[in-house]
Amino acid sequence: MGDSSQDRPDRSSQRIALDMRTTTHEVAIEISGLNKWFGHFHVLREIDLKVMRGERIVICGPSGSGKSTLLRCINRIEDWQRGRVIVDGTELTEDLKTIDEVRGEVGMVFQQFNLFPHLTALENCTLAPIWVRKMPNRQAEEIARHYLSRVRIPEQVDKYPAQLSGGQQQRVAIARALCMQPKIMLFDEPTSALDPEMVKEVLDTMVGLALDGMTMVVVSHEMGFARQVANRMVLMDAGQIIEVNEPEAFFSHPQHERTKLFLSQILR
Amino acid sequence: MGSGSQRSFIRRALVEPEPPPVASTDVLTSTRARLFGGAFNTMLTLLSALIMVTLAWPTLKFLFIDAVWTGSSRLDCLAETVGREVGACWPFVKAKFGQFVYGFYPESERWRVDLTHLLGAILLVPLLIPSIPSKGLNAILFFGVFPVVAFFLLVGGVFGLPHVETRVWGGLLVTLVISFTGIIFSLPLGVLLALGRRSEFPIVRAICIAFIEFWRGVPLITVLFFATYMLPFFLPASWRIDGLARVLIGVVLFAAAYMAEVVRGGLQAIPRGQFEGAMALGLGYWRMMGFVILPQSLRLVIPGIINSFIALFKDTTLVLIVAIFDLLGQLRAAFADPSWATPVTLFTGFAFAGMIYFAVSFGMSRYALFVERRLNTDRLR
Repeated sequence: MGDSSQDRPDRSSQRIALDMRTTTHEVAIEISGLNKWFGHFHVLREIDLKVMRGERIVICGPSGSGKSTLLRCINRIEDWQRGRVIVDGTELTEDLKTIDEVRGEVGMVFQQFNLFPHLTALENCTLAPIWVRKMPNRQAEEIARHYLSRVRIPEQVDKYPAQLSGGQQQRVAIARALCMQPKIMLFDEPTSALDPEMVKEVLDTMVGLALDGMTMVVVSHEMGFARQVANRMVLMDAGQIIEVNEPEAFFSHPQHERTKLFLSQILR
Repeated sequence: MGSGSQRSFIRRALVEPEPPPVASTDVLTSTRARLFGGAFNTMLTLLSALIMVTLAWPTLKFLFIDAVWTGSSRLDCLAETVGREVGACWPFVKAKFGQFVYGFYPESERWRVDLTHLLGAILLVPLLIPSIPSKGLNAILFFGVFPVVAFFLLVGGVFGLPHVETRVWGGLLVTLVISFTGIIFSLPLGVLLALGRRSEFPIVRAICIAFIEFWRGVPLITVLFFATYMLPFFLPASWRIDGLARVLIGVVLFAAAYMAEVVRGGLQAIPRGQFEGAMALGLGYWRMMGFVILPQSLRLVIPGIINSFIALFKDTTLVLIVAIFDLLGQLRAAFADPSWATPVTLFTGFAFAGMIYFAVSFGMSRYALFVERRLNTDRLR
């Protein structure tokens, strides 16, 4: 893994397409001085991170480093004790209304999919648009069918999650998040719970999203994907951001000792 | 691969799927083997058969073979007059049937009770059969409109219907009114209490815990006693709450506390990811609970919910203690009638009541099983 000379031509053309697209000057997410404790355990320490619209950030790091927790602060599924998180110009506070507004703009995909098992794939996708966006049923269904066919699940819309494979479930979960037409997508280790044969189908879907210009923050250990899609890499350890860099520099000339060690352990 | 020393293998032809081998024994043979295979099994089988015969035979004999089916007074059910051993005295049930169903509800107004029962049945049956459409409307009619209609129909005082005091209500009518009210109010109230008990707000949580633990800590009889005899002392004299209404409130609150704990069990079984998935979509608390969490958790606790319903249905008999004569109360009142005093009256009456309670409880339990199976086929778990 990791030598870019073996990349197929379509991959490098994707890479070029992505590089062309990058860097707007609008801030999508701004995290400053974020601190969080679980009991006495200091999970997030003085996190500062700014994500521009259209950026694809991949966060990696050893387990327990706080990367998932950081991601979950962005839509306030986790709360924090100190610091500020501003998403799309709205600061997340205790106010439940603002929180739900931000959650409507931020899609999230989980490691364990978290599909609703009592609803079909289609119903999973239409639930929030109908009840949060107040969309008419028919329109919500149209949008759901559109995104389900985009993640290549058109034939399975009436199946229940338990009747789908892991990869299919995760793609339905991506479609469910997209149906809210979010401005930002968060991915929390989206391929870690999948059988190896299904990882690619999910990653391909995510690459497609990136090509469409979606702002993405991804917690992942898929370094091939990171190299292909990310425009910035973040390494976290012990609740802190250790290194932030462009993927090329991050992989070939890591600056921090911790980064070198981490990369040497996962890239064999 | 016969040689054994071969270390690599490449499949040349795929193995086609085959039907499973046919079972070598038929049902009869395998049943016989289970019942009489070995001395111990044979002994158990014979013992069970013996128990069944000793229990079932006298019951059948009493209820059907020796039973008296026609007659007009106690004399028809006495061994001396009939000239043989006498079983159940069904004419007694027939003579008292009106009292068992309506209590002392005035005879000229009993059509109102019949109409209420009929309306209830007409609305309930299609609600229970899954293939009949428009469940939403049906549910609104049954849970929302029917109780109001039934209230005015039974109580009267409007639309030219004479007022009938709840004091004269009785029999199956009261049993059904108490159970129906208990069931349709205790479930939603129980759900709210269960949610409150898991709330993030300490005050809400404390109130719900206190409520649940208080009502679970006192026996229903105490609740009924308090509601009927003590409560009037604590309330201003102008607050005249009807006796049956007080009992209904007591029963609902009591049942709700139990229901809350059943529902809480279901809520705790839902993985955190479901909450997070719903939150991440911006669903908000009530929509998350209503569309994602409760549909799943209530499904899980159907057996517990039905258990509570059955317990509630049978607990309604306790209202006898506060001088409300439900089915069992009317039965006991009828025993006191000297014109039907025979040695078998008591057994006949209890057998009759037992069959009614059993039919309703067993019906609920079987229906719940049917619902569970149906819901499970939906998701292939």
